[in-house]
Amino acid sequence: MSPSVCLQEMIRVIRGARTQGEERGVIQRECAAIRAQFRQADSGGRSHNLAKLLYVHMLGYPAHFGQMECVRLIASSKYSEKRIGYLGAMMLLDEKQDASLLITNSIKNDLSHSSQHVQSLALCTLACMGSAEMCRDLAPEIERLLKASNSYIKKKAALCAVHIVRKIPELGEMFTPSAHSLLSEKNHGVLHGAVILITELCERNPDNLKQFRKSVPELVQIMKNLVTSGYSPEHNVAGISDPFLQVRILRLLRILGRNNDAASDAMNDLLAQVATNTDSSKTAGSAVLYETVLTIMDIRSESGLRVLAVNILGRFLLNNDRNIRYISMTSLQKIVQTDHTAVQRHRGTIVDCLKDQDASVKRRALELSLALVSAANIRSMMKELLLFLSTCPPELRSHAASGIFNAAERYAPSQRWHIDTILHVLVTAGGDVRDETVPNLIQLITAASELHCYTVHKLYRALISDIVQQSLVQVACWCIGEYGDLLLKGECEEITPMQVTEDDVLDALETVLQSHMSTPTSRGFALTAIMKLSTRITNNVDRIRSVVSIYGSCIDVELQQRAVEYNALFKKYDHMRYFTMSYCTVILEFGCRSRLSLVLGGRGLKAEHVSIIFDCKDNVYLYWFLLQSVQLQMKAPSGDLIPAQGCGTVTQTVLLSYTNKANLKMRVRLSYSSQGTACQDMVQIDSFPSPAWS
Amino acid sequence: MIKAILIFNNHGKPRLSKFYEHYTEDTEQQIIRETFHLVSKRDENVCNFLEGGMLIGGSDNKLIYRHYATLYFVFCVDSSESELGILDLIQVFVETLDKCFENVCELDLIFHVDKVHNILAEMVMGGMVLETNMNEIITQVDAQNKMEKSETFIFQSPRQDR
Repeated sequence: MSPSVCLQEMIRVIRGARTQGEERGVIQRECAAIRAQFRQADSGGRSHNLAKLLYVHMLGYPAHFGQMECVRLIASSKYSEKRIGYLGAMMLLDEKQDASLLITNSIKNDLSHSSQHVQSLALCTLACMGSAEMCRDLAPEIERLLKASNSYIKKKAALCAVHIVRKIPELGEMFTPSAHSLLSEKNHGVLHGAVILITELCERNPDNLKQFRKSVPELVQIMKNLVTSGYSPEHNVAGISDPFLQVRILRLLRILGRNNDAASDAMNDLLAQVATNTDSSKTAGSAVLYETVLTIMDIRSESGLRVLAVNILGRFLLNNDRNIRYISMTSLQKIVQTDHTAVQRHRGTIVDCLKDQDASVKRRALELSLALVSAANIRSMMKELLLFLSTCPPELRSHAASGIFNAAERYAPSQRWHIDTILHVLVTAGGDVRDETVPNLIQLITAASELHCYTVHKLYRALISDIVQQSLVQVACWCIGEYGDLLLKGECEEITPMQVTEDDVLDALETVLQSHMSTPTSRGFALTAIMKLSTRITNNVDRIRSVVSIYGSCIDVELQQRAVEYNALFKKYDHMRYFTMSYCTVILEFGCRSRLSLVLGGRGLKAEHVSIIFDCKDNVYLYWFLLQSVQLQMKAPSGDLIPAQGCGTVTQTVLLSYTNKANLKMRVRLSYSSQGTACQDMVQIDSFPSPAWS
Repeated sequence: MIKAILIFNNHGKPRLSKFYEHYTEDTEQQIIRETFHLVSKRDENVCNFLEGGMLIGGSDNKLIYRHYATLYFVFCVDSSESELGILDLIQVFVETLDKCFENVCELDLIFHVDKVHNILAEMVMGGMVLETNMNEIITQVDAQNKMEKSETFIFQSPRQDR
């Protein structure tokens, strides 16, 4: 009875199970039987028990109790048992387990076994899961096998050596001389392994680069033989002689020729020959051609050759085969930084690929398009990118949005265009933008002072049409709070005028407050905006007062805090309210339990830094923050210039975690310069509304 | 480097899973599920390359796959492998399986998964491509199978003279 029959029987039973639960039951029974048999050390069915266990492992059931059995089977003298034992070791063991150390000795013995098949098992397992200690122990053996006469063993030893070098780079020098001599082998498998080994050695250690550059003529010769040899049935794939080996050698040549004139010269002719003569009608030829192109672009090649290379890529961009289009875009991505103008010529085709049905092609096209944006083409590219954003697959949205923001920031032809672009992105994909988009946009809007009127009108219109996109809602609320007076005035040169009453504005903000689609953050923005409007409108202050007091008993704790504090401003500090709400607003949040809204006066001053001193029993917390910079817990302020006569505010949110809540006093010191003179201002709050924290 | 080789059917049931880097058992199953989820969404006439897997390798990771009848063959690779080369390698793998099993079908893979592992071990080792010549692979696999059979033959019939 061959080992697999029992396995097949079990598989049949498992497949017969009609439900997941039934399958689990079957497998549990089998595993229990296997565990019992492992304990018996019965020599007859050991290998098929392990085979069954490995099958069960593939389906996702636990199989760790088979680890010691693997160790035992590897030590057996029978080939069939060794084979399944090693397979089990590769699947169940890893360097973190102690059991893996136990097989080191078996591997060592098997590496010198008389049968090449046993040797190959040991080599395969070492290359798959050999830990650093195992590699260190066995490296001399591998080095010896590299010089063996058997090509089958040599090729496996070469890849094993690669694994060892990856685990312990210092051992690389042990393999360098053998790697050299392997290049004169005829066997393609050995050559392939040798090239991979040399590539790994060169990538790990620049000294090896110098050494192996001497092999460039040899590599070139090997390539020439492959390219010019007649039809060789052994290695032929679609008319190309061993394309896998050709691709490997081309990659190695790339590494050797990089930044080195001599090596690059030596391979110039070969690359030209391969580039012109390779038939690319099938995948194999295309693979070789692409490697050639990438190598040409990466080394110090002649300009004529470079032009040829980029033209080849351009031709492939128009190919009907989507695989080829995808690969050509991947290749163009690699050279877009160094050969920007050459790639720009293909911008049109790349932008067309944004509309391809294939999501992979779209992704490549997006990356490349973003890399090709420049000051000259920003307007047309942005049109295409925004169009793409509205139809692109959801997994690409976030990346596209942030790419658009970056491009807009770098190349915006005007502030208005910049703001329009960001608004467009927020309307289309507001749910996929990053968190810092909101404060960044606020900062941008504040800085564009001549556009405040235009911006607030646009944002108001966006808000009343749709309140789903939270980032848009937040920015709109903030803007309306800040520039509500401009909105109510009604006139704006760049937009068709729209009559907006105080009630309309308050309605819009209250809609945000009450909508179940609004997040707590958005509600916070809306409430603050309503509060700020209390100083900018004349007729509806009572309405605002009642909204604020209603939210004083809101379930949402954050909102309740805010409302209560604003209420306090109405009641106890009403004389300060106009003074304060029209100037700089600093909202401080104490972790998640209490919040203080503190507002500071500003009189057309340029604030340089604000420090906040907290007295709390014996501890004094001192925070300095420059309005231009962002501290750890503080979000970026919206600007550093507070215009005169209450025409604007600067907002900075500070989040502090604070545990001792008793007897908190707060002093806020504002240092600024006004008309060239340095000044200081201090405000002290001695008592806080007691529900301000819990 | 090849990070993993997965074969699963149109319903996501794994038929072969070989990982060349260590992951916990849970992570391995998650990877299989995520890969199936990504690959099964693809249309028939799109390209064979997929990005966007979160679990293996992140941004450097690509899935290169081929769909044959009821089976998906997926290779998870990083940027050091030639994408078109891997595509050809999948083709060589399938042709080798076809030769070894004589018109291979899904049932062959189900009931002889250990044999499939043995064939794969002659092609890819430690995450690196070892041998791409189909005849060479088959020669070695046949020799190994013969060696295994000769042992069991002795085991089964101890009285027979060799």
